[in-house]
Amino acid sequence: MSAPAKVPAAIVGPGNIGTDLLAKLARSPRIEVTAMVGVVESEGLDRARAMGVAASPDGVDWLLAQPTLPRIVFEATSAKAHAANAPRYAEAGIRAVDLTPAHLGPMVCPAVNMPDHLDAPNVNMITCGGQATIPIVAAVSRVASVAYAEIVASAASRSAGPGTRANIDEFTQTTARAVEEVGGAERGKAIIILNPVEPPMIMRDTVFCSLPPDADPDAVAASVHAMVERVQQYVPGYALRAEPQFDPPDEKWGGNGRVAVFLEVKGNGDFLPEYAGNLDIMTAAAAQVGELGATEMTEVAA
Amino acid sequence: MRPTITHDVRITDTTLRDGSHAQAHQFTIEQVRDTVRALDRAGVEVIEVTHGDGLGGSSFNYGFSHTSELELIAAAREEATQARIAVLLVPGIGTVEDLRRARDAGADVVRVATHCTEADVSPQHFGVARDLGMETVGFLMMAHRTSPEDLAKQARIMVDAGCQCPYVTDSAGALLMHDARARFEALLAEVGDEAWVGYHGHQNLSLGVANSVIAAEVGVKEIDGSLCALGAGSGNSPTEVIAAVFDRMGISTGLDVTALLDAAEDVVRPYLHRWPKMDRNAITQGWAGVYSSFLLHAEHAGERYKVPVPDILRRCGELGLVGGQEDMIIDIALELAREREQG
Repeated sequence: MSAPAKVPAAIVGPGNIGTDLLAKLARSPRIEVTAMVGVVESEGLDRARAMGVAASPDGVDWLLAQPTLPRIVFEATSAKAHAANAPRYAEAGIRAVDLTPAHLGPMVCPAVNMPDHLDAPNVNMITCGGQATIPIVAAVSRVASVAYAEIVASAASRSAGPGTRANIDEFTQTTARAVEEVGGAERGKAIIILNPVEPPMIMRDTVFCSLPPDADPDAVAASVHAMVERVQQYVPGYALRAEPQFDPPDEKWGGNGRVAVFLEVKGNGDFLPEYAGNLDIMTAAAAQVGELGATEMTEVAA
Repeated sequence: MRPTITHDVRITDTTLRDGSHAQAHQFTIEQVRDTVRALDRAGVEVIEVTHGDGLGGSSFNYGFSHTSELELIAAAREEATQARIAVLLVPGIGTVEDLRRARDAGADVVRVATHCTEADVSPQHFGVARDLGMETVGFLMMAHRTSPEDLAKQARIMVDAGCQCPYVTDSAGALLMHDARARFEALLAEVGDEAWVGYHGHQNLSLGVANSVIAAEVGVKEIDGSLCALGAGSGNSPTEVIAAVFDRMGISTGLDVTALLDAAEDVVRPYLHRWPKMDRNAITQGWAGVYSSFLLHAEHAGERYKVPVPDILRRCGELGLVGGQEDMIIDIALELAREREQG
C-alpha cells in the first residue's frame, strides 16, 4: 500500500518565521511545501530554493497563477498583508493558517480547540504567548471554574521583531481575549516582558489562575501535567519549571485561591535559535494545525 | 515641543505611584486626597498617581489594587488646584486603552516606561498621548544596565516618538555618582533643546539625593521624589530632602520646604505600612542591580519557601531580570529551595 499523497501547501512570507516553518514542514508526513512567496528577492527565498521549493518574489499574484494551487497557505507576513490576501485565498478555495495578528478567522491552539475548527477556511494562531499559556488555562478551567486568569510571557529581546514592538498592545489585548475565549477563563489578562540579557534568555511563561475554595488541587495538577504532555507532542521543548504552586483562598483575591504554573519554552533550533521558544511555538503550532487539517483533507478524500 | 518649566528644576512627586509598591498597592481614596492636597499646597507641580507598575498593573503578578487607580486619579484631579496629575504606563502591562481611560479620569501627564534598551515598544503610546493632548515623559528603566551612549540612543527613539522628557530612571538604585553623571550628560547632549532630561532615583545605596544634586548641576530639569522616600526598595529620593538641599543650594523649585516637611510628617507617616529603609535586602538590590519593586515579592517568596531573601535578590541580579518579571521571583525561590534540599 502506498503512502497517501501529501497535501500541497505554500508559505507566504519568507522571513525568519516562514523559514523556520519550512524546516518544520519539511519533516511532515502529510504536507509538502510546494511554494515560498515573498514580495522582493530575499535570503529566505534563496533558502527555500536550496531546499528544492519553488520560490518567487512576485507575491500572491504569482502563487495564484500557478497551474497547481496549494490547498493550505501559511501566512507569515503582517496583519495588513493577510487582510489583503485572505479574500483571494478564500476565493481560490485555499485554507489559510494565519500567523499574523490579523484575526480574521477563529483563534486556534492545537492542544485545546483544534477539533472545533478543522474545516474553518481561515484560522488564526493567536500570539506566541497565547500558544504557550492558553493550554494551561484550558487545563485548569477543565477541572475548576476559573474566574480570572493572567499570563506573563518573558521573551528575549532578540526574538521580538519590529512588528511586535511597534504593536505591543496587540499582543496583550489579543492574548487576553484568547485566554478567555480559548482558555475558558471568565476574565483574562496578559503581560509581556522583553529582556535583553546576554546570552539571551529562553522563553519563560507564567500562568496564574484563580481557583474557587472547593477546587481540587490534585485534579488541577493532573490536568496541567496531561496538557503539558499534549503540547510536548508538537513542541518538544515545552516544559514545567516546577510543580504547580497552590495558594489558599485569600480575602485580597475575593476569597479565591490561586494556582501558578511556571513554564519554559525552548525552541527546536530548526532555523531560529533555541532561546526563541516564543517564535518556535508559533511555527510548531502552525505546523501542527496544518498537519491536522491535511489529515482531515486526505481522510475526507479517501 | 518641550513644556515650559518656570523654575530651575521641576520636581515630580511619586509618593502615590512608586510609593504604591511599598504600600502593596493598598492606597485609599482618602490617603490620595490628603496627600495630593498637601503636595499641591507645598507647590509640587506634578503628582504621579497610579498602581506601582503603572496603568493596568493591578494583577496577580504585581498585586491587586485596593482601590481602582482610575478612582484614585479622579480623586487626585479633584484635589489638585495647580498641580498636574501624572500616570505611569509600562507598555506590555498597560495599553493605550488604559491611557485613554486615565485621560478621561483627569490625567494630564503620562510617563511611558520601558526597559532601558527597549524604547522601541513606546512610540505607539507616545503617539496616542500627544493626540490626547497630554504632556509626555519617557522612563528608561534600569538605566544602569546600558552604557551612557546607548541610553542616549534609546532616549532619541522616545523623543522622536513624541516624548518631551526622557528620564535616566535608576530603578535599582544602582547608579553611583559618576555613572549617573555620565548618563545625564549623554542624554542632555543627545536631545539638546528638543526635550528636557529627567532623573528618577532610589535610595538603595543612599545616592538618590546626591545624584539629584549632580543632575541639577549638569542641567537635568525634572527630578523625582517621594514623601518619606515612599517607594520601592529602600524608597525614592525623599521629596522633602531634595527640596531642603536645593533650597540651600539656591536652586529654585517653587517648593515650600516647611509645607513638605509637614506633609511628610503629618500626612504620609501615619499611613505608612513600612517606612522604606536601607536594610540588608534593599541594599542588596542596589548592590546587585535588582529592580526595586522586587523587594516585597522576594520577601514574600523567601518566607513561603524558607529561603534567604538576599539569595533570591542576588539570583535576580545574576539572571539579569528586568522590571515586570516578578513572576520569576517565585521560580527562583523554588529553585533555591530545591538546591538546598539537594545539598
